[in-house]
Amino acid sequence: MGTIARRLAQLVVVVILSTLFAFALLRLFPGDAADAVIPYGTAAQKAKFRAETGLDKPFFEQYATWLGNLVQGDLGKDYQSNTPVSDKVGAALPVSLQLMLYAQLIALVVAIPLGVFTAYRVGTKADRAVNTGAFALLALPSFVLALALAYWVGVKWKPDLPFLGQIPVTGYEPGWLEPVFGQSAGNIGKHFGTMLLPAISLAAGLIAVYMRLLRSDMIATLQENYITMARAKGLSDKRILWRHALRPSSLTLLTVAGLNFGTLIGGAVAVEVIFGIPGIGTLIYQAINARQIVELQSYIAIIAIGYVLINFSIDALYVVLDPRIRRARA
Amino acid sequence: MPEPEQDPMPGLVAEATRGRPIDAGTIEMAAVETGPEVRRRTKKGLGFAAWLSIGWIALVVGLAILAPVLPLDDPKDSITEIARRGPLADAGSAPGHLLGGDFNGRDMLSRLIWGGRTTLTVATIAVIIGFVFGGLLGLLGGYFRGKVDVVVSLLLDVLLAIPAVILALALVTILRTQPGTKGGGLDPEVALILALGFVAIPVLGRITRASTLSWSEREFVLAARAQGAKHRRIIRREVLPNVLPAMMSIALLSIAVAIVAEGTLAILGASVETDTPTWGNMIAIGRINLQRAPHVVFEPALMIFFTVLALNMLGDVVRSKFDVREGGL
Repeated sequence: MGTIARRLAQLVVVVILSTLFAFALLRLFPGDAADAVIPYGTAAQKAKFRAETGLDKPFFEQYATWLGNLVQGDLGKDYQSNTPVSDKVGAALPVSLQLMLYAQLIALVVAIPLGVFTAYRVGTKADRAVNTGAFALLALPSFVLALALAYWVGVKWKPDLPFLGQIPVTGYEPGWLEPVFGQSAGNIGKHFGTMLLPAISLAAGLIAVYMRLLRSDMIATLQENYITMARAKGLSDKRILWRHALRPSSLTLLTVAGLNFGTLIGGAVAVEVIFGIPGIGTLIYQAINARQIVELQSYIAIIAIGYVLINFSIDALYVVLDPRIRRARA
Repeated sequence: MPEPEQDPMPGLVAEATRGRPIDAGTIEMAAVETGPEVRRRTKKGLGFAAWLSIGWIALVVGLAILAPVLPLDDPKDSITEIARRGPLADAGSAPGHLLGGDFNGRDMLSRLIWGGRTTLTVATIAVIIGFVFGGLLGLLGGYFRGKVDVVVSLLLDVLLAIPAVILALALVTILRTQPGTKGGGLDPEVALILALGFVAIPVLGRITRASTLSWSEREFVLAARAQGAKHRRIIRREVLPNVLPAMMSIALLSIAVAIVAEGTLAILGASVETDTPTWGNMIAIGRINLQRAPHVVFEPALMIFFTVLALNMLGDVVRSKFDVREGGL
């Protein structure tokens, strides 16, 4: 398992360097960090801030202390409201995780049948129509869709749906994941109601991406000999598509869907802000506007670490799922 | 680390699935690149959609360049009678002003053209920065391999580990802040260009590296090396001309990504100053009045949509035109 070990070493290096990068980047904030973080603080408060964050120490010592604290769950604090950053993350993380999960689910549920269908009917009018639609969807930024949905659903249509209730333009209701993080749960129907438009806004682009990637892999798979064999045995097309062809065709999709958990955080910032969803994206937005460097460092580091970990897991999963890769890499 | 066998034109899909950090833009580009559009067009010339895209880009770029000489209202001038009026608006349309006015009564048509000027300039220069620096890194890593490549790859991985939007947001904020003063710092437009350019580096670097890696293995490169050509000459004369088409295609797609990124940053309050029109800024400030004057948001949104669509299409065309394998088959 030399590959895994090497990947693990690589992983550690990337984590260290990317956190170092995040750390150094925010140290570039011009002027005294104490002035930026607590602009109206007294000289004594600023001195206390410098001592607390180790600003008076050499750079690498600062970094080592910071990373050490981070690993132990001490993420610093928001000096405006004096709340520990870990508390804020604890509140925002379930929100963002649920949003990402819904976006991914919607995207996959729509994209997989479309991908399979278009690959099966490759070259037909239906295939071309779906692909053209997906191509257009790729050019539709999530914030544009978010605003369009907010207007046409939230302002003009104002539906009162069963279970979901009224679809609000902004606002959030806690869902099922909050109790896991030690917070109170909300009305689950209302929760889905508040998450519907943001999740669709994020999912639309993903649908196009997933569908097109699955389609192209699926077309290749359908030309394999074992598919011809399955046909010759008289298996139904449905069975061949779903049981024989989908799994080997889903590797690209799986990878990209996995990687998207990281990239969604970036894409979700604008959508969260538009719909007033108090997730990680909103926290980052607020931290940047309030110049909370210490807080921001922690967010960026958490995201970078999470991202690299996801990459690593996908790589490992890949090896497990496809025996051919296992052998080729060994 | 031995690289797996590569296509002469390594697809973005392959890049996207190597299980290493990658940004949302690249994933989207990979999806643009896969599809029936490419193969159909290689057979039958450019096709209607491609010409339509070229026409749209020519129109938008032409208007942006000609903005100072066109008979337009001043994009910063308020005409009270047309405030919040326009297509879709509750207050009805604004006679004499086709696209209406924003909440201050500034002519939307003029703002769209001037906004396009800023947006397109920012996006294009940012991608040029990414193209030059990312391209250089990618060429060096892919050509020299070994230790150089380890360093280059690591650098790109590290940059990609932070989501591009968040990195750009942090960079804009840092670059705009000046020690001691509030605001100040770099000109917001320059800060925006630098931030977007910086996040484009790893994207273009990764693709260039992969492409260089496979091209520099080819026989004609070996032949040049055997004749005693210097590295600099081999890179310039043998490798670069072959890598360039792939880079150009990605650059077009990257401009599209940069236009969207400008919009995203604008919504987060990190584009250029709010009184300078850009498509993103127009959406960001129009958002407050979405209910009563939705046209202020949706007109620039449509400009972004059509321009991104056209650029995606063109990127795809450039790739298919230069793709040796598809052309040869």
